[in-house]
Amino acid sequence: METNLCVAGFGGQGVMTMGKFLADATCNSTDKKVTFFPSYGAEQRGGTANCFVVISDDDIGAPLGDVMDDLVVMNGPSLAKFLPTLKEGGTLFINSSIVSDDIARKDVKVVKAPVTELALEMGSAKVLNVIMLGVYVGYTEVIDPAVVWETIEHKLSSKPKLLPLNKQAFEKGLELGKSQR
Amino acid sequence: MEKIYTRTKTIQEDKVSGFCPGCMHSTVIKLIGEVIEEMGMVDKTAAVLGIGCCGLHMDYMAYDNTTAPHGRACAVATGMKRANPNTLVYTYQGDGDLASIGLAETMSAANRGENISVIFINNGIYGMTGGQMAPTTLIGMKASTAPKGRIAEEHGYPMHMCEILNQLTAPAYLVRTSCNTPANVNKTKEAIRKAFQNQLDGKGFSMVEIVTGCPTNWGMDALASLDYIEEKMLPEFPLGVIRDR
Amino acid sequence: MARVFMKGTEAVAEAAVRAGCRFFAGYPITPQNEVPEYFARRMPEVDGVFVQGESEVASINMVYGAASMGVRSMTSSSSPGISLKSEGISYCAAARIPMVYANFARGGPGVGSIQPAQQDYFQATKASGNGGFQMMVFAPSTVQEAVDMTYRAFDYADRDRNPVLILADGVIGTMMEPVELPEMKSDEEIAAMKAAKGSWACVGHELDYAHRSWIQPGQWSTARMQEVNEEADALYRSWEKDAQAEEYMVGDAEVIIASYGISARIAKSAVNVLRAQGVKAGLIRAVTVNPFPYKAFDRINYDKCKAILDVEMSIPAQFVEDVKVGVKERCPIKTCLCSGGNIMSREAVLAAVKKIMEG
Repeated sequence: METNLCVAGFGGQGVMTMGKFLADATCNSTDKKVTFFPSYGAEQRGGTANCFVVISDDDIGAPLGDVMDDLVVMNGPSLAKFLPTLKEGGTLFINSSIVSDDIARKDVKVVKAPVTELALEMGSAKVLNVIMLGVYVGYTEVIDPAVVWETIEHKLSSKPKLLPLNKQAFEKGLELGKSQR
Repeated sequence: MEKIYTRTKTIQEDKVSGFCPGCMHSTVIKLIGEVIEEMGMVDKTAAVLGIGCCGLHMDYMAYDNTTAPHGRACAVATGMKRANPNTLVYTYQGDGDLASIGLAETMSAANRGENISVIFINNGIYGMTGGQMAPTTLIGMKASTAPKGRIAEEHGYPMHMCEILNQLTAPAYLVRTSCNTPANVNKTKEAIRKAFQNQLDGKGFSMVEIVTGCPTNWGMDALASLDYIEEKMLPEFPLGVIRDR
Repeated sequence: MARVFMKGTEAVAEAAVRAGCRFFAGYPITPQNEVPEYFARRMPEVDGVFVQGESEVASINMVYGAASMGVRSMTSSSSPGISLKSEGISYCAAARIPMVYANFARGGPGVGSIQPAQQDYFQATKASGNGGFQMMVFAPSTVQEAVDMTYRAFDYADRDRNPVLILADGVIGTMMEPVELPEMKSDEEIAAMKAAKGSWACVGHELDYAHRSWIQPGQWSTARMQEVNEEADALYRSWEKDAQAEEYMVGDAEVIIASYGISARIAKSAVNVLRAQGVKAGLIRAVTVNPFPYKAFDRINYDKCKAILDVEMSIPAQFVEDVKVGVKERCPIKTCLCSGGNIMSREAVLAAVKKIMEG
C-alpha cells in the first residue's frame, strides 16, 4: 500500500508545514516508509508552493510520483496545475473559501473545506493548514490522528501559547473530514 | 676565534639559496627564521607559502610548511589556524598572489580579523613567471605584459594593500617596510616579530608589506635595484606603520 | 535506534559531526544551503569550527588548511560551486590530504537550474580537477544511505589520505526521510584520530629537516612527481575491493536497469511494478561510482538478458560510458534519460522497459 499526496497552495499558506507535520508524524509513530519532498524555486516568498508526501509499507521509489492518490489544493492556480495529476478515483481536498471553481473532473472524489474562513473565525488565518491537515487525516485515516497531534504539539513546544488555537484548528478539521467520509 | 654569528637553524645548513643575485627573498626568509627561533616557536610554526618565487625556499626551510594554491594562502591559513590555534601560522605571498588572484582571500581574512600573520613581498612584478605586470607595478614600469610600461588609462594604478586593508575595522597591524638598507632590514625584522607576537597575543590579523627588488625582471643589477627601490618604489609605497592597535 | 525525520542536507551534516568532523567551511548555493546553516548551529555545540568562506574557492582551501592540521574536515556545494572547488580538491589529492566533500548536484552546464540532476558524473568520477587524480565517490539513493556513506567517508579518507566525494543530488538533499543516525564519536576518539596524523600534520615539529611536516601539492623534481603519481595510482588500483553495487532481481532478468543515486531508487520501484506485472526486470545500482562496480555486470546471465537500460538524469548520458565498459558488448544498451532539473519518472522507466520487451 502506497499513498502519494501533493499539497499545493500560495507561499505563506503553510503547505510545506502541513506536509511535514504529516510525514514527521508517520515517521514517529509507525514503521512505514515515508518521504517529504518540497518543490523548490528561486523565490523566497510568493508564487505557488507545493510539496509531496509518500507513505508506504514498502521502500519508496520517487519521492514525487507521476500520479497522485490524494491532492490538497489551497488556491486556484494550484488546482489548474495539479488536478491533472490526480488519479482516477483519487481524492481532492479543496480550500473552498478560495477556490470556488467547479471541479471539471467527475472521476475524482471532492472533499470541500472552507479552511480560510474557518481559520479567520478562530482568530488567525495562519492555522488554515492545520485545519486542512485535520480534514485530510480525518477523511483518510492514513495515520492515527492522536499521533499527528502529538507531532504538532512537539513541533510547537517552544511556542506553547499557540497550542490551544492549533488544537482547536486540528480538531475542527478532523470533524469536518470525518463528516464527509 | 669566537663565533659571533651563525645562520638561523630554521634553514638547512647544507642548503644554498637558489634565489637570483640581489633578490631579497633570502633576506626576509632569514629574518622570519631568526624571529621564530628567538621566540622559541620553531616547533610550533607552520608556513603557508604562496605560488611563485615565494615557494622556492620550501626545500630548505627546516620547519613545517605547506603550499597554498595561487592566491589562496589566507584561506588555507584560516583553516589551519582555526583547526589548530596553538600553531603559529603565517603566509608568505608575493604581490600577484596576495593582491591580484588572491585579493578576495586577503581582504576577507583581514576583514574577519583572522588571527594569522601575513608576510607580503611587494616587488612590483611577477618573478617566477617572467616579469609580467603585477597590481603593484609602477606607472611607466616595463613588464613583459606591458611592454610600453604600465599605462594608467589602460592598466589602472598601483594598489596600496596596507592602505586598502586599513579601510577595514578588524586588522590589528598593518605596516610597510623595506630591505633596501641595513636599517630597514632591522625594522623589517622587528615588524615581523610584532606580527607574530600579535598572533600569540590573539590580536588578530597582521600584515607586513615588504618593498623589495627583483633585479632579474626589472632588468638591472642588484645595486641599481637598491637605487630603484629608493627612488621609485618608496615614493609610491611609503614606509611606516599604517595601523597598530 | 529511534528513527528521526531529517532533510538530506542536514542528515549529511549531522553524520559528519558524528564521524568526528570538526571543521566545515562552505558557501551558499541552492540546493545545499542547509548544510552550512546546520554546521553554523551545530559546530559550536561540539567545539568544532564553522567558517562561511567568501567563496567556494576560499572554502575548499580552508578545508585544505584545516585537514592539513589533522582535523576531520568537510565542505559541500552544488554543481557550479563544485567546479570552483576543483582547484582546492586537486591540491588536496596531490598533497594526499584526507577530507570529505559533498555535491548536491543540480542541472547544468553553467548556472544551469537549481533543481536536481546527475550531470556531474564525469566530473565526479573522471576529472574533478587538473592532473588526473582520483577519489572514492559514493552515490547515495536514500537519505539513510547518504548518512551512512558520509559517516564512513571520513574513515576512507583517513585510510587513504585522499579526498572522498559524496555525489548526491538535489532530491537527496532537499527531501526528508526517516533516518537512524550513527553513533557519535567521543572526544577521546576524535583526539586519537587527530593524534594519529601527528607525524605529517602541519602543526609544528621539532627542528628536524627529515621529519618536519611538508605538505606538498607538487614536486620540484619531475622524477619525484612521477613517483608520487605512481604511488597514487597504486592506491587507486587498490580500490577494486571497495567497489559496491546493489544487484536486485538480476538472476532471471530479461531487462536489467543500470543506474545510480536517485535515478536508481526510482528505477527500483519500476522493477517492483514490472515484476508484479510479470515482466522479468532487474537492477544493478552502482553504490560506489568510483571505483565502479564493473564486476556486477559479469554476473549477468546474458543468455536471458535482452538489453541493459541505462537510467540517469543526464543528457547527454554519462554513466552509460562506465556501463558500456562493464557490459563489454555482451548485449545492447538502451537509455532512459532526463536532464536540466527534471526528475526521473517511474512511468518513463516503465515505458522504456516495455519498449525493450516488445522490440
